[in-house]
Amino acid sequence: MAHDTHAHHDHSHDHGHHHEETFISKYVFSQDHKMISKQFLITAIIMGCIAMFMSTFFRLQLGWPGQSFPILETFLGRWAPGGVMTPDMYLGLVTIHGTIIVFFVLTGGLSGTFSNLLIPLQIGARDMASGFLNMLSYWFFFISSFIMIASLFVTGGPASAGWTVYPPLSALPQAMPGSGLGMTLWLVSMSLFIVSALLGGLNYIVTVINLRTKGMSMTRLPLTIWAFLVTAILGVLSFPVLFAAALLLIFDRSFGTSFYLSDINIGGMALEHTGGSPILFQHLFWFLGHPEVYIILLPALGINSEIVATNSRKPIFGYKAMIGSILAIAFLSFIVWGHHMYVTGMNPFLGSVFVFTTILVAIPSAVKVFNYLATLWKGNIVYSPAMLFAIGMVSTFITGGLTGIILADAALDINLHDTYFVVAHFHIVMGASAIFGMFAGVYHWFPRMYGKMMNKNLGYAHFWLTIISMYGVFFPMHFLGLAGIPRRYYENTNFPLFDQFTDINQMISMFAILGAAAQFIFFFNFFYSIFRGTRAPQNPWGSTTLEWTAPVEHIHGNWPGKIPEVHRWPYDYNKPGKAGDFTPQTEPLAPGEEESH
Amino acid sequence: MISFLTFIVIVLGLITFGRIIRIFELSAQLRGSDVNAVNASDNKTNSLLVLLLGSGFVFFVFYMTYTMKDKLLPAAASEHGLAIDTLFKFNWYILFTAFFITHVLLIIFASKYYFKKEHKPVFFAHSTKLELIWTLIPAAVLASIIVYGISKWNQIVAPVQDDVMVIELYAKQFDWTARYAGDDNQLGKASFRMVDGNNTLGIDYTDPQSGDDILVRNEFHLPVGKEVVFKFHSRDVIHSAYMPHFRAQMNCVPGMTTQFHFKPIKTTEEMRTETGNDKFDYVLLCNKICGASHFNMQMNIIVEDETSFRQWLGSKKTVAEELKAAAPAAAVEVKTDSLAAPADSANAHTVTADATKH
Repeated sequence: MAHDTHAHHDHSHDHGHHHEETFISKYVFSQDHKMISKQFLITAIIMGCIAMFMSTFFRLQLGWPGQSFPILETFLGRWAPGGVMTPDMYLGLVTIHGTIIVFFVLTGGLSGTFSNLLIPLQIGARDMASGFLNMLSYWFFFISSFIMIASLFVTGGPASAGWTVYPPLSALPQAMPGSGLGMTLWLVSMSLFIVSALLGGLNYIVTVINLRTKGMSMTRLPLTIWAFLVTAILGVLSFPVLFAAALLLIFDRSFGTSFYLSDINIGGMALEHTGGSPILFQHLFWFLGHPEVYIILLPALGINSEIVATNSRKPIFGYKAMIGSILAIAFLSFIVWGHHMYVTGMNPFLGSVFVFTTILVAIPSAVKVFNYLATLWKGNIVYSPAMLFAIGMVSTFITGGLTGIILADAALDINLHDTYFVVAHFHIVMGASAIFGMFAGVYHWFPRMYGKMMNKNLGYAHFWLTIISMYGVFFPMHFLGLAGIPRRYYENTNFPLFDQFTDINQMISMFAILGAAAQFIFFFNFFYSIFRGTRAPQNPWGSTTLEWTAPVEHIHGNWPGKIPEVHRWPYDYNKPGKAGDFTPQTEPLAPGEEESH
Repeated sequence: MISFLTFIVIVLGLITFGRIIRIFELSAQLRGSDVNAVNASDNKTNSLLVLLLGSGFVFFVFYMTYTMKDKLLPAAASEHGLAIDTLFKFNWYILFTAFFITHVLLIIFASKYYFKKEHKPVFFAHSTKLELIWTLIPAAVLASIIVYGISKWNQIVAPVQDDVMVIELYAKQFDWTARYAGDDNQLGKASFRMVDGNNTLGIDYTDPQSGDDILVRNEFHLPVGKEVVFKFHSRDVIHSAYMPHFRAQMNCVPGMTTQFHFKPIKTTEEMRTETGNDKFDYVLLCNKICGASHFNMQMNIIVEDETSFRQWLGSKKTVAEELKAAAPAAAVEVKTDSLAAPADSANAHTVTADATKH
């Protein structure tokens, strides 16, 4: 460590922007994108760990309903008297698990980590357009994470109306204990989260548009950057709508307005709210909620493109088609939100419009899958842990994506809506794919973040255990859904119809526990490697992109001296006529050499 | 004390684990190799694992689908449900084909083309022809899915015929009430403001159409072969009326009337014979998170022939009869007077599944 610090100072002295930094300005209120990226990642890992524990807890209840598990009482206290969690706590755990994974891990964590790390480094910029806004973005994220976790400890318990927090359930404290202070904190936390997402997103967009180095045209951007850019645009356009939805819900809850409430009689009392519609909230929520799926997925797909190409030692197949499909998916994502609402009583004509637009999304998605396959074809695949996760992600994207076509079909959704089929679908296509993309990104860019290598054998063990347990958990859930088992049920024992699935539910829970245990290999590897990992070489994966030309030891401003110029696209792997198996973007085109696309 | 010891053991375990890894890394460094660089045996092992576990997964998918088919819902017990089942199978076969093709390609490519020093990968960055093929073929297949799907959807939600029986399913935390429209086939007005301990649906007793309505709990009956239109109401939060065997679901939203209609085609008895389960019952479940007892908000459904159905319905008291039995006439008189307010549900914003505004 002492040696590392020393080296850092040596480099810093070379660099013009250097000024003395205190511990606070370097590690806490840092404005350096690389440090902010690490802050996002570590916060997301902690949040992810909490959400993962929650899922194993409620899987215990679902696998062995009513059985006592002392560990539950240890962690949940009065919410699990005698080691059996209460139905209220079950709903609370499901809700916060979903919220944390969707927003804090896969939105804040994924974009926050990799957009921050890679945008300046891959486009050749000294830092983000605004380091200060970037810092604010992280600290809003931190505060909102803190409030979300704090909401677990209030008297009535955390928000429990599902991560979609549909009113009136979420609006009326009489409806469930979690709709009291816990829900208020949820809304406050999410509002701050949205501020963070918007500050980050604006910064990413401005940086990509304005701060590209000389020669870095839009068609020379790595696909990661394209994905991050489009993701940020999606976020900036859709998060304000969720903010509006949350604000109106706060008004309904606290100030007696009736945006979402009408004709309600609860707890023996007729409420004075009239004229509102709970369905309005769903429209607002899913207007964010559906683009949100791609806010989660696109960065993972971008990361995947980069890793698949690098480790196949081949150019990504169909670079322009990949950009086109990102744009098509992004555009379509704004006009499909109604497919979450086929059975709300929405006008059936709207239903058929949303069937049409939703199924269209499958076309650019199919293009992406085939392009990945064509990239692997006749490649020279280097099996780094990152590459394994990238290949795993192609698999989950296919498996989960295909069932999406069924749910998009309104006629079929009638019977599958809100069943375990949906749970299986989105956990595979969105949860697993995005998490795999994130893991791939961490394994791939860890050397860039910390100047160390992660242990590869632990990485292999982590991947294989994770993918086996992931499919073990989520694949059988399709059949539970096809058998009509609704999601968010505390137990299925009240229906003789579902008795035949007891053993499958236990199997799912066992895979869930195995999967959770496997993540400890990752946690260990991650933190161990930060301090004890072997030193990273300059360009460990033989990659063409700019980030690998920056010094291994981080310096403020990324490159000592001039920023490198770019002369070619980022996928010249094994280009005929070139020496070596990759040609960095910084290498000028030889006389007569044509740039390939 | 025990938890403290557990903590110590975990910490010591982690330290030991870290030390072991350190030993591996240092010994590899002494041999002059970079321990975390991917080497030939890693590539070989992992490509083999991709082949074995990948094919294992594809096999598992088909095997599980095969073994589970008898545990899923039996064939639909409603007319439109059969159409949904056919549509589902159509989609399912297409998706399985797509799954199989893409996964087999993925597994073959990923396991065959692992890194070999002497191998030179092809520089293959673009092919308009290929890209057109794999844009247009999925587009054509998806077009058929869209057209078929939308046409079925339109049939299912098409406006109902006149000759239908009207039943209201009324949801609240955490139970269901079914209200039959009675002889006039018209539901009496109701308002959330009139709800009290006895009048759980807030029925407006002054409305002449409400007298012949019939309320049932725990179990409701349907005549086989007759189209039924369900009107859904909720008085507190959103619930969802889910009748999986009939492939029917619709949310119950406070402040709105939603509706769904279907024709049951199999009696409970027939279904018992078909499934070989003499305890089989159709069931109505709540399928929208609604609070702590969401998981136990249910009602049994019995489908029977028209005669038995009429007999069963005849044995139930109408709203008027129940009122008479429950209270002296005078008390009812006073009560209905005080509640002669305009019925709110008539003014409520109404969207129904057949697109007709009420």
